[in-house]
Amino acid sequence: MSTRKFGAPIKRNIDPRLLTGKGAFTDDINLPGALHAAFVRSPFARARINGIDTSAAEKAEGVVAVYTCDNIGHLDIELPLLIPHPSMTNARTQRPLARDDVYYVGQTVAMVVAVDRYVAEDACALIDVDYDPLDVELDLERAIEDGAPLVHPTHPNNIAADFTQVSGNPEAAFAEAEHVTRIKVQVDRSTAAAMECRTVAARYDSVRGELTVWDGTQAPLGVRGGLASIFGFDEDKVRVIAPDVGGGFGQKVMFPYPDELLVPHAAIQLGRPVKYIEDRRENFIGSNQERTQIHEIELFAKKNGEVIALRDNFLHDTGAFIPYGIAVAQVASTSIAGPYRIPNIHVRFRAVYTPTVPVTPYRGCGRPQACFAIERAMDQLAEDLGIDRFEIRRRNLIRDEQFPYTREGLLFADGLRVQLDSGQYLKALSMAREAIGWDGFAAEQAAARQQGKAIGLGLAYYVEGTGLGPYEGGHIKIHPITGKVYVNTGLTSQGQGHDTVFAQIVSDQLGVKVEDVIVVEGDTGTFEWGVATFASRAAVVSGNAIHKTAIKVRQQTIKAAANMLEADPADIDLEDGHAVIAGTDRKVSLAAVATATNPLRYAFNSAAQAATQFAPASRHDGPPLIDGQHPGLEATDYFSPECATWAYGVHAAIVEVDRDTCAVEVKKYICIHDCGNMINPVIVDGQVMGGFAQGIGGALYERIEYDREGNPTNANFVDFLIPYATEVPAVEIAHLETPSPLNPLGVKGVGEAGCIAVGATLASGIEDALKPFGGTKFHQTPITPSMIFGAIFNA
Amino acid sequence: MSRHEHLERSIPSTSADPKAEVTVTVNGVTVTREVSTRMLLSDFIRHGLRLTGTHVGCEHGVCGACTVMIDGRSARSCLTFAVQADGADVRTIESEANEDGSLSTLQQAFQECHGLQCGYCTPGMIMNIRSHFESGDDLDLSDAGIRELISGNLCRCTGYANIVKAVRRAAELAGRA
Amino acid sequence: MLGNHGVKPPLFDYLVARSSEEAVSLLSEHPGAMILAGGQSLIPAMNFRLASPPALIDINRIAELKTVDIVDGNVRVGAAVKHRDLEQSDAAFKANPLLRAALHYVAHIPIRNRGTTVGSLCHADAAAEMPMVLLLTGGWVTAAGASGQRDIPADKFFEFHMTTSREPDEMIVSATFPGLPFGAGHAFAEFARRKGDYAIAAVGAILERKDDTISSARIAACGIASRPVRLTGVEAALIGKKLTNEAIQVAGERAKDAVTAPDDANATSAYRQHLLAGLTRRVIGEAAEKARES
Repeated sequence: MSTRKFGAPIKRNIDPRLLTGKGAFTDDINLPGALHAAFVRSPFARARINGIDTSAAEKAEGVVAVYTCDNIGHLDIELPLLIPHPSMTNARTQRPLARDDVYYVGQTVAMVVAVDRYVAEDACALIDVDYDPLDVELDLERAIEDGAPLVHPTHPNNIAADFTQVSGNPEAAFAEAEHVTRIKVQVDRSTAAAMECRTVAARYDSVRGELTVWDGTQAPLGVRGGLASIFGFDEDKVRVIAPDVGGGFGQKVMFPYPDELLVPHAAIQLGRPVKYIEDRRENFIGSNQERTQIHEIELFAKKNGEVIALRDNFLHDTGAFIPYGIAVAQVASTSIAGPYRIPNIHVRFRAVYTPTVPVTPYRGCGRPQACFAIERAMDQLAEDLGIDRFEIRRRNLIRDEQFPYTREGLLFADGLRVQLDSGQYLKALSMAREAIGWDGFAAEQAAARQQGKAIGLGLAYYVEGTGLGPYEGGHIKIHPITGKVYVNTGLTSQGQGHDTVFAQIVSDQLGVKVEDVIVVEGDTGTFEWGVATFASRAAVVSGNAIHKTAIKVRQQTIKAAANMLEADPADIDLEDGHAVIAGTDRKVSLAAVATATNPLRYAFNSAAQAATQFAPASRHDGPPLIDGQHPGLEATDYFSPECATWAYGVHAAIVEVDRDTCAVEVKKYICIHDCGNMINPVIVDGQVMGGFAQGIGGALYERIEYDREGNPTNANFVDFLIPYATEVPAVEIAHLETPSPLNPLGVKGVGEAGCIAVGATLASGIEDALKPFGGTKFHQTPITPSMIFGAIFNA
Repeated sequence: MSRHEHLERSIPSTSADPKAEVTVTVNGVTVTREVSTRMLLSDFIRHGLRLTGTHVGCEHGVCGACTVMIDGRSARSCLTFAVQADGADVRTIESEANEDGSLSTLQQAFQECHGLQCGYCTPGMIMNIRSHFESGDDLDLSDAGIRELISGNLCRCTGYANIVKAVRRAAELAGRA
Repeated sequence: MLGNHGVKPPLFDYLVARSSEEAVSLLSEHPGAMILAGGQSLIPAMNFRLASPPALIDINRIAELKTVDIVDGNVRVGAAVKHRDLEQSDAAFKANPLLRAALHYVAHIPIRNRGTTVGSLCHADAAAEMPMVLLLTGGWVTAAGASGQRDIPADKFFEFHMTTSREPDEMIVSATFPGLPFGAGHAFAEFARRKGDYAIAAVGAILERKDDTISSARIAACGIASRPVRLTGVEAALIGKKLTNEAIQVAGERAKDAVTAPDDANATSAYRQHLLAGLTRRVIGEAAEKARES
C-alpha cells in the first residue's frame, strides 16, 4: 500500500512553475494587439458632477476611445446587490462610471482606452470634470447623528442596515447578573493589499460571438454570471479564466468591479483585446476594503466569572456602497460570543454609509473585530472580578461534551444555523497556558519591572466559522494514455496550494502520485458549477466534493480492473498508478484501465490497441458501451455542507514595550490551532503564518487614513505600513486535530485563522506590560507608538 | 460612441513617444531594441522582451516584486528607465534555474520550505537573495540577519517565516552555511 | 486631493551627459530639467506624476562623478556614487564611520544599490539620514554652475523639506563629509515604524572628551523639523559637563525644543519629542563610550 497522502507534508505541485518565472498572471498573458485602459477617478469624497469634457483626450494621439456614463449604453446601471438581506432597504451600489454624483475619492468617472498604459494615463489628465464638492462626515459615530451630511439622500442618518439578532433570553439574564463589564472598542480600516493588484483582460471573437475574460478574481463563475446577465449573453458564450492570481484575501471575491464590465465592453466594441492592470494607488482607492467597527459590548456575569449574557451594539462602516450586503457585519455579530457558552445574546449592528471606498470582506471578515470586542471584554471582566485571564476563559469555554453547541436564533452569513460543531477548547487553552509559560510569568514580569522593563503577557481566543456553502463540485477524469488524473473544481487559487491538497485527496483514493494529479481550476470553460474561493471554504467544500468524486472514480476503476484481471473487485488495490490484485504481482496500469473502458475504433497509440474492436478483451455480443455506462473513468460529484464548521484557536504572546521609543517587541508568540483534520500540515502552517503576519499588520501598523474631507492620505506602500520580514515576529504553532462531524474528511477551514486574534492578543499583552507604568486600556487597533506614548504619559 | 466608430479611426499599434535604442544583455543574451525613453525597465523586461517572470507590485519602489539584478546588484526595475540600462547586464528570474532546467538550490529551498504561496513576490525575492549570495559579502544566517536581508521585499502570503527558512536552507545547499 | 496620477511617468527628454561641464550646460539649455542620478526618489515621484520635468540629464556615464575620494582626511563623494558604494568603502569608513552607520538605515539594499548619496542630499527630505549626517559632520556640497564652482556648507544648503539653496542652473557635483576628529566618539540612532522607512526621528552625535568632561559635542537630528537640524541646546548642555546620568537626562530633555514637525500619521508632536529625547540620550551615551575608548 502506498502511504496515505492525506496529512502528509507534501511539496507543492505548482511551485516549480512559479519559482522559474513561468507563472501566468493576467498581465503575463500575451494578447497581440491589446489596448490598455486607465481611469479618471473622483478627487472628491462627495460631489455633484456638472459636466465632463473629454474632447482633448479623444483627440490625443494614441487614444482609441474615451468612455463616460453617457456612452456605455446598457452598462449605465447600478451594479448588482450581490447578497440581499431584509435588514437593508434600497441598498445602494455604484455605477460603472459615475452619473451626476460621486461618493468617494477613487470612484471611476471615465475610462480611456489607448495604445499603451502610459498614453492612457496621459489622456486621463486631459479629461476635465467639473465638480461641486459637497459636505462630508467621515467619523462613524457623528455620521449617524441627525443633521450629519448624507452620503445618499435616500438614507437618513446614513444608516444602510439596522439588524438585531437574539439568542436565548437576554432580557431575563441581564436582570440576574451580579456584575456587568462594559467596554467600547474600535478596530480600524485596513486593506487586503495582495501583491498583485486586480487585473482584467478581455478578448471578443465576433465570429463566434464569444467573450473571453482573464480576470484576477476569486470568483470567475460569479464574474461569468454577472457578465452574461448584464451583457445579455448566453452563459456558454462567456468564458472567464482566473489564471495565476497574486493573492486575494477577499478583495477579489467582490464582483463586478467597474473595470470587470467596462474592459469586456471596450473589447467587444473596439474589436481589439483590452487590458486593465490596476495600479497600486488605484488598489488603495478603488478596490474594496474592510474593518472599521465600533463595538459597545457588555458582559453580564455571576461573581464567579460565569458570563450569563452578552449585549453588543456596534457600528459597521460599509463605505459609500453596500454591494456585498451585510455579510461582514453579520459574521461579526454571529461570532461575538467567541468560544464561550454565553447562552443569552443580544447583538445589534448598524451598517453606516461613509464617503469612502466600499467595504466588503478582507481576510477575517468581521471576525477580528468580534474577537477584539469579546476578548478585550473578557480581560476586563477578569480584572473586574480579580480572576486571572486564563481562568476566566476556562470557566466560560464550551466543554468538549457540549458539542455540537448551537446558538439558537442566530443565523450565520450563509443563512444557516450557528453551530460550533466540535473542538477541545479547554485543552487548547491549557496548551496555550503551558506554551507561553503562564505559571512562571508573574515572577518573570516582576523581575523585569524591577529593572524598569515593561513586559506583558497577552492572550486571546478565537473561533472561525468556515467552509460555508452553498456547495462546490469536483470533476475527475483519468487520462487514458498517460494515466494522469485531471481534477476540476469551480474555485480559484491565489496561493493556497489547492492544486496540491486536492491532489493529495485524490491520490489516496486512486493510488497515483500527487504530482500525477493535475488540478485545473479557475476556468469556467473547464468546470462551470460552483461558487468561489472565500470564507476559508476551499478544503471543506471543494475538498469534500473532490473526495466524494474520487471515491466514485475509484469504484469505477476497481470494477473495470477486476473485469480486466478477472478478479474479485474486493481483491483489487490501487497503488503506484496501477490496479493490483492484492498479494500478487498481477496488475494493470490506470492508463490501460481508462483506455479499456473507452471503446475505440482507432488505435492512435499502442495502449489504445487494447480498446479497439478486435482486441482480446472487446465484447462481440452486444454494444461495446452498455446501456447507462459512461466511457472512461470519470465522475462528477458535489458537496453541500449542512452548515458552517467552526475552527478555533488560542493566541498568547509575551511583549516588551520600549518606553523610550514606544515600540512593541514581540518576544514570544504562540498559536494553538485546530482546523480539524489537516490535509497538508505545511500548507496549514503557511496559512496560519500568513494570516498571522496580516494580523500583525492590523494590530500594529496598517490603517487606511482619511482626512476630514475624505481624502485618503496614505494610499501607497510608502505610507500604508505593510510589515516587512523585519516587522513580523516568529510564531510557534501547535495543532489539535478535532475532526468536524459535518463532512467526510473531517476538515475545517484555515484561511483566515491566523489573522483573527492577533490584535486582541497584542492589545492584551501591551496593556499588561504597561499596567505599572501609567498605562491605560488598549481598546483600539492598530496600536501605534503615538498611542502607547499617549497611554503612558497621558498626553 | 457609435457602434462603428472604431472603423472610422485607425488604431495605431504603438505610441508616438520619442524612442531611443538600447542594447542590453539580459540573462546572457545581448539584445538591441528601440524603446520609448520613458519606459520603465520593468515594462521593457515584461512586455518588450516578454520575460514576464519579473512582476510589478507597486511601481514606486517599496514592494520589491520587480527586483532584478543590474550589473550583479539587486535593483528595482520599476525605478529604472529602460534607457538607463543601455550597456548593462541584467538578470531576471528566468536565469535562475540550472542549465538543464532543473531548479537551482535556491529555488529548491523555496519549494522544500514552502517559502512561497501565490508566487507573485517570489521572483523579486529570489533575485534579491541571489544578489546577496553572489555579492561575496558575509551572509548573516541568523533569523535577524536573514530578515534584514529580505527586508525590502514585501510578501503578503507567507508571513516570511518560511522564506527565512528557505534562505538558510539554500545557503546550506549552496555550501554557504 | 488626489488627481489623475498614475504609476507611469509622463514624457520627458532624455539627455545623457558625458562630463560635468556638459551636464551643467544641458541644465542651462533645458530650463526645468532635472539631474537623473540614482532616480530612487525622482522616478517614483514621476511615476506618481508628482514630478514632470521636461528633461532628465543622466549623469551616470560620467566617470569623474563615480568616485569616493579621501581628500585631506575628508570623504568626498561624487554625484553618481551609489549609497551602497559609499557604505562599502573601507576608506570612507576609516575616515568617518558615521557614514556606514547612517547608510545602514537608508531604505533597503536594492534601493541603496541604485540611489546616490548626493541625490539624497539634493532631494533634501527632512526625514532623510544623509542630509543630517552632512550637517552633523559639518560637511558641504560643491555646486557647479555656468560661472564655476562653489562650496555650500550643509547649514546653508538645506532650507526646507525638499528645498535646497542650489540654483536651478547648478548641479551638485560632490559632497564632502569631514573625517571624524581623532579620538572623537560617534553614534547614530534612528526609529522608524518599519525597517528602512524614513525616520520618525534619527539622531547622530560626535563627542570628544577630556578625562571625564565633554570637550566638544556635535548633535544633529532629522525627521523632527522641516529640515535636518543641529541640536544646539543639547550640545550646550553637554560641553564642559561631566557625563553623568543626570547630565545625559538633562541634555535629552533639551532635544525636545528642536521638534517643530506637526502631528502626522506616524507620530504626534509630543511623542516625537519623547522619542527624540530618548534617542538623544542613547547616542550621547554610546558616543561618549566610544570617545573614552580612543
